[in-house]
Amino acid sequence: METTVLTVKTTGSDAVIRSLKAEGVTTIFGYPGGAIMPIYDALFHHLEEVNHILVRHEQGAIHAAQGYARSSGKTGVVFSTSGPGATNLITGLADALIDSTPVVCITGQVASHLLGTDAFQESDVMGITMPVTKWNCQVTKAKDIAPTLTKAFYIASSGRPGPVLVDITKDAQFEAIDFHYEKCNSVRSYQSKPKLKLEQVQEAASLLNVAKKPLMLVGQGVMLSSAENELLTFAEKTGIPVASTLLGLGAFPANNPLFVGMVGMHGNFAPNVKTNECDVLLAIGMRFDDRVTGDVTRYARQAKVIHIDIDAAEINKIIKVDAPILADAKEALSVLTNLTENRTHSKWLNEFHQAKKEELQVLSTNRKKYFPDELRMDLVIDLLSQKTNGNAVVVTDVGQHQMMTAQFYQYNQTKSNVTSGGLGTMGFALPAAVGAKIANPEKQVVAIIGDGGFQMTLQELGTMMQNNIGVKIIILNNGYLGMVRQWQQLFFEKRYSFTDIQSPDFVALAASYNIKGQKVERLEDLNKALDKFLNTENAYLLEVKVSREDNVFPMVPTGASVAEIRMQ
Amino acid sequence: MDKTFTVSIFTENTIGMLNRITIIFTRRHLNIDSITASETEVKNVHRYTIVLRTSREQIDKVIGQIEKLIDVLKAFVHEDDEVVHQEIALYKIKTTHLKSNNVEQIIRENSAKILTVEPDFIIIEKTGHKAETKALFEKLKPFGILEFARSGRVAVTKPMKELSTYLKELELN
Repeated sequence: METTVLTVKTTGSDAVIRSLKAEGVTTIFGYPGGAIMPIYDALFHHLEEVNHILVRHEQGAIHAAQGYARSSGKTGVVFSTSGPGATNLITGLADALIDSTPVVCITGQVASHLLGTDAFQESDVMGITMPVTKWNCQVTKAKDIAPTLTKAFYIASSGRPGPVLVDITKDAQFEAIDFHYEKCNSVRSYQSKPKLKLEQVQEAASLLNVAKKPLMLVGQGVMLSSAENELLTFAEKTGIPVASTLLGLGAFPANNPLFVGMVGMHGNFAPNVKTNECDVLLAIGMRFDDRVTGDVTRYARQAKVIHIDIDAAEINKIIKVDAPILADAKEALSVLTNLTENRTHSKWLNEFHQAKKEELQVLSTNRKKYFPDELRMDLVIDLLSQKTNGNAVVVTDVGQHQMMTAQFYQYNQTKSNVTSGGLGTMGFALPAAVGAKIANPEKQVVAIIGDGGFQMTLQELGTMMQNNIGVKIIILNNGYLGMVRQWQQLFFEKRYSFTDIQSPDFVALAASYNIKGQKVERLEDLNKALDKFLNTENAYLLEVKVSREDNVFPMVPTGASVAEIRMQ
Repeated sequence: MDKTFTVSIFTENTIGMLNRITIIFTRRHLNIDSITASETEVKNVHRYTIVLRTSREQIDKVIGQIEKLIDVLKAFVHEDDEVVHQEIALYKIKTTHLKSNNVEQIIRENSAKILTVEPDFIIIEKTGHKAETKALFEKLKPFGILEFARSGRVAVTKPMKELSTYLKELELN
């Protein structure tokens, strides 16, 4: 990676591409248009070093960049034009902000003399994107392009990562400049890595060393700070059971005996109920989302809460913390490991495992009763997990299939779980899987999507076709917007208001994009179909017709306490 | 319990800062009572003074989210007894009222001053706390106030730590 390069006489648009190269960018997801044409023209001269993926919609570009970032740890990069090109990014920006995903979006903008005049394809991109970016900046002079872009990459990828948008006017793209690049590694007003306070860790350690029923709750922050090994060492030393948030899945191997499952609305029984039984709750790189806590006034009240987070605004935001540690998780965990004692909590841990067995038993018995011999979502995911040994990169959309996957896929690898958690963006999975496959060409990348969500961004099949991207797609088709239907069944007296949804022939649709596929409707055909699905070299679409009215349980209903989790 | 808080925010001098700050209040459905922006004693550092009524719990979370903004250097929240603050108010009334002894007396008693005397109108200026400028408003009201304008609060804090000290700390980190 170049830190500085010799001064080169060039244009603003060429400076954009040179800046990206200096940041080590190899892939850009984008869509050209009027106001970004000079940048696309400059890109044309650098195609040997920079790969550009033409998507079918700008939302697809940003979700692909998110999938790329989430599965690789690198910053995703997006190009789009002004006006509608930029506004089509909004959902992805909001998604990346709430799920802490490093993305840099570069948008073209009308010439600076036209700003504010309602010019063709002009929109107030700065104003619109301010609430959904970690930082944004408009550049109207070519000389500002390189310093702004390096700052953008620094801000997007450091601290709690997030999306950054740089809006570049067309005149700045055309303007001649002397280009040189100086990498940004600090911003005065922004503290990317808070200084660890030893006394905070000491206080946490003293709580943990006397804890009788400690519980650990890990979030995506562990992976964002590359603290997976530190977490494993710490957990094995202290013997504390490890539960995960939805986005934290993969941070700790699911096949490790200390792993006890997922918390939250559709998390496992024991980690939810025992949140209200533990004496010390250690939360790492997570933010106590309302889907995790249920009723906050009845959440872990009996426990001393330790919260490790890099974002000061998250400490005490939702849950009053007894021992905050404002720090990078990697650093905090390694110091905490040194200060804590070797311990085991076998009886306590065993209670989780026992409860998990019972939970699976109850769920399975209920499902067999209501849906005998039917193809069900949980069976598909369970079999997929076995066949891939929990080692695939699994990208999910939003809804029942997402929660089923979180429950039944055994994520053993870090950065292998890509899903839209905080924003709950339907349509996320297909483009995100495109990005994840580009970042991990050697890995099996499986997108699991509902029939509803798939139809929100199915145009990205075109991106897969044109760029020969070998994403494996499973559509779990129940003919409903299943999660909403589940709520209608449980809380709106079965008034299925607009949740019955029809679909095209997905296999024929895939075929029209030159993607192979098949539809499975019977349980006995699943095994063979999954083998074919996994063993096909290129892209493949497997549509599975699953039980129409299956529900996701366990469930903590809105407003209930985590202790009031329902099994049916 | 809701109280009046004075929020002082120090930022880099970049375009759009006011918008970045206010949307954090908007998102939480908080209404700002007054806002002023100015330069500070340090070059290129700007200061926003925002006054609002809310709870301590809410304002602490807001401050956390404001400090998270990339271009914000530091944000402070103070209660009224921790700041020295002032507002300025201008009142326009008909010149003919000057003949009334009352007006002269009101101006004297309220330590207000006359900024200008035109053939048709005079402008009275009063600086002070909101209660004081409001009291003068009530007293002048019977004469008919043609126009009235009051600034937002400007405030400096009583604690002695200087802005430049904070900036040095930020740069060291």
